[in-house]
Amino acid sequence: MTASLDERLVGTPEPGREPAAGGGTEGVQTPFRRFASDFLEDRIATGALVVLLALVFIALTAPWISPTDPYDLAKVDVMDGKLAPGETSFDGSVTFWLGTDGAGRDLLSAMFYGLRTSIGVGIMSGLIALIVGTAVGLTSAYYGGRVDTLIMRFVDLQLSFPAILVALMLVTILGKGVDKIIIALVIVQWAYYARTVRASALVERRREYVEAATCLALPPRRILFRHLLPNCLPPLIVVGTVETARAIALEATLSFLGVGLPVTEPSLGLLIANGFEYMLSGKYWISFFPGIALLITIVSINLVGDRLRDVLNPRLER
Amino acid sequence: MGEDTPTLQVKDLQTHFFTKDGVAKAVDGVSFTVDRGQIMGLVGESGSGKSVTGFSIIGLVDPPGRVVGGEIRFNGEDLRQAEAERLRDLRGNRIAMIFQDPMMTLNPVLRIDTQMIETILAHERVDQATARARARDALGQVGIPSPEERLKAYPHQFSGGMRQRVAIAIALLNRPDLIIADEPTTALDVTIQAQILHEVQKLCRQTGTALIWITHDLAVVAGLADHICVMYAGRMVETGRVDDVIDRPLHPYTHGLIGSVPSQNRRGRRLTQIPGMTPSLLSLPVGCAFRSRCERAGHACHKEPPITEPLAGRGIRCFHPHLGSTDEAAGEAPRDASGEIGP
Amino acid sequence: MSVFIIRRLMQSGIVVLVMSVLVFFGVNVIGDPVDMLINPEADQEDIEATIRALGLDRPIHEQYWYFLVNALKGDLGKSFIFGEPALKLILQRMPATLELAFAALIMSVVVGIPLGVYAGLKPDSWASKSIMAGSILGFSLPTFWVGLMMIMLFAVMLGWLPSTGRGDTVPLLGVPVSFFTWDGLSHLLMPALNLALLKMSLAIRLTRAGVREAIHQDYIKFARAKGLRTARIIRVHLMKNILIPVTTVMGLEFGNLIAFSLVTETVFAWPGMGKLIIDSINNLDRPVVVAYLMITVLLFVLINLVVDILYSVLDPRVRLQDIKA
Repeated sequence: MTASLDERLVGTPEPGREPAAGGGTEGVQTPFRRFASDFLEDRIATGALVVLLALVFIALTAPWISPTDPYDLAKVDVMDGKLAPGETSFDGSVTFWLGTDGAGRDLLSAMFYGLRTSIGVGIMSGLIALIVGTAVGLTSAYYGGRVDTLIMRFVDLQLSFPAILVALMLVTILGKGVDKIIIALVIVQWAYYARTVRASALVERRREYVEAATCLALPPRRILFRHLLPNCLPPLIVVGTVETARAIALEATLSFLGVGLPVTEPSLGLLIANGFEYMLSGKYWISFFPGIALLITIVSINLVGDRLRDVLNPRLER
Repeated sequence: MGEDTPTLQVKDLQTHFFTKDGVAKAVDGVSFTVDRGQIMGLVGESGSGKSVTGFSIIGLVDPPGRVVGGEIRFNGEDLRQAEAERLRDLRGNRIAMIFQDPMMTLNPVLRIDTQMIETILAHERVDQATARARARDALGQVGIPSPEERLKAYPHQFSGGMRQRVAIAIALLNRPDLIIADEPTTALDVTIQAQILHEVQKLCRQTGTALIWITHDLAVVAGLADHICVMYAGRMVETGRVDDVIDRPLHPYTHGLIGSVPSQNRRGRRLTQIPGMTPSLLSLPVGCAFRSRCERAGHACHKEPPITEPLAGRGIRCFHPHLGSTDEAAGEAPRDASGEIGP
Repeated sequence: MSVFIIRRLMQSGIVVLVMSVLVFFGVNVIGDPVDMLINPEADQEDIEATIRALGLDRPIHEQYWYFLVNALKGDLGKSFIFGEPALKLILQRMPATLELAFAALIMSVVVGIPLGVYAGLKPDSWASKSIMAGSILGFSLPTFWVGLMMIMLFAVMLGWLPSTGRGDTVPLLGVPVSFFTWDGLSHLLMPALNLALLKMSLAIRLTRAGVREAIHQDYIKFARAKGLRTARIIRVHLMKNILIPVTTVMGLEFGNLIAFSLVTETVFAWPGMGKLIIDSINNLDRPVVVAYLMITVLLFVLINLVVDILYSVLDPRVRLQDIKA
């Protein structure tokens, strides 16, 4: 029953020597480097990060790297419509690697542009929601008392309602348009950020360095931004990634339902919606590929966010 | 299993924890014997490995820890060779354990009667009514008033002392041969502690149950136990009858421990302290673990001292025990090389 | 206990009131009220007559009062498209939505919790890791797209299941339900599964986290020290502790399920409230939209209340505290 153990495992360290720290990277270990090396330990998350960066790159450079411009009405020919993946255009000039949609647009190019819109709207709304939510959360935590209670009631009220419903309501009232969608998404998301920031700010507020700063009669805004905020960043980053993924999915859902972005700024959701009518006749690719692109985007963001949460949370030990 | 077979025999027990930062030898050479109906005090400071010893005996050491060496014989049976199912059968049945913090050891969402009755039903085929009656009697035995009503209560409705009595009652339910009590009164206040100690002692004498009382408090052991086993840094350093050890400690550590108890010192004198700190279990010094803090340490102490029996019934792990008439009697502060008292 | 219920009822009432203000505010102040509530094809005379009849020429607080009084009488406006009272339209379609949401909830709990328990007990096993990977996929997959792919695969390519619509129904207590018939079940299966995916992932992750946390607690170790069998420890000690937070979260999620079902209903042409709402938005049938939002708010508040009460019943620590208070 007593297995013979590997000598290396059981060997006693020599007296006077500290046992070697895990990892053993020589040189200066800045917090960021340690965080980065911890993060990169998980290969799946690292892969997801690479994929994500690739997608962002595509989104940024779509107009330049697309094989065709699917929204140039002069070039699009309905004769090329509903071609299966791999087929070439009517005039033989372009190969449609992922097929075409009903109007003859190259799906691959449409997807690049769609990614651009989807990721753009998602990140934009996420950033604005983050700023708004953080400001509210910090204020609420810092001033406490009735201000805090009032704000938090508001936040709780909003968070107890499903995002889709809130978004739908807003979209009905505001109407269509990229800016209106972004506003709607911001309103849906800010409460999440506010609650997260408030929670960590409340913890940090009781720490000694805040007391010290207050004693030095530093102005509140300075204490908030230079002292409290940096320490609230870790959970904020995690929530940021997850919420951005949710925003992208929400926008896609709204566009699919026909209440999201207008036809002139098609996102992946709209592309999928366009393919809906062709599904029953077996032309699956029109909805399939944009969906895959959407899926890969959301999954990568979530994988990265998951890993960030594991790395930044000191309580969890593996 | 004859009358002479001791209830528990532990020989050179070793339990190690294999962590990311290295191997922590939580228990590294502990030996003692507990006879039928005996009460043994297992004494040591935090980190000495006493709790881990208790868990090792009952087989509840969880990864990354593992019992890696030594022998544990319960009524003659080798526990380390036993199957998992056999160990489960023994636990709560023939060997019971009492934990330190009763608030967390009793499941907060289950009623007391559920938690007591299931202990009985896990080991015996009796009907609910009989099990319930036994539970009620056990509560009465440990001094809980109106046991019938108390059975229906939840743990958070009891006070700390009551909860610990419930834990003791649970331990006694199946009339075990051995109870391992891991610092059960540390979290309670002194008056309750005294009550519980008294009752436990009485119960053990009545039922002939052997008891291992794990604690850091010498005073508790002095009043309660028959035998004592002193642990330091995972090793057993001294064993013997309680009165013998306390009146005449042989190991420098025990000597220092007893010397630091206020009642043992003359009024007005500075209390003795043992200099230094307990070493980390990850980087113990080679040889005797106490070497770096011991003023009697010499060249030989670079080797780990074996267990010897310098006097009848006394076990000790030391090359320079406090033997002979030239040594100071317990209670006097030892002098170091420069003739100063204390550290 | 009754003090608790009364307090919660009052809180819920306040929430409904606040939401009614928000909905009213949204419909009547931000948007163009004439546009919102009046059929755009009516001529000028009719428009003015309707404005007066609807009280839109009166000051705003009177309008709100008018709205509130009507709402309490059960009148939330008339649909433009169908000409019927909006409330009646919604109530007609509610059973279908509730059935779908309920089926999805059951699926996610029945599948999610056992998987989560397994993943929590054996976190390093290959099966666990795939379960967790699957759960990430589960909440990353856009529901509507998965629905489309399901139809693609099971209905079009394999022909196993019908692609859209609700199957035959059987009245249960006066309400038509479709899970008593084979046809009904085959129509219900895909949409319910589609809707359940998100919540299944949530259930898995929640349960796993709960198990991971509970397994290190002292009471589990003590249960082992008592010599209890592992099956009992898991079934009684572990489950009772994690089921409390898990069921309350899942219960609250039921409201989300009802709301989110509008996506699944659109994809599968399931005749529920959600599909009605989407069509109404696209057709500018605003009274129906308002009615839907108010009904949903009410449903939500009700679910929250029930879950709160359920929680205090399940957790003895909370229950007994209230009695003392």
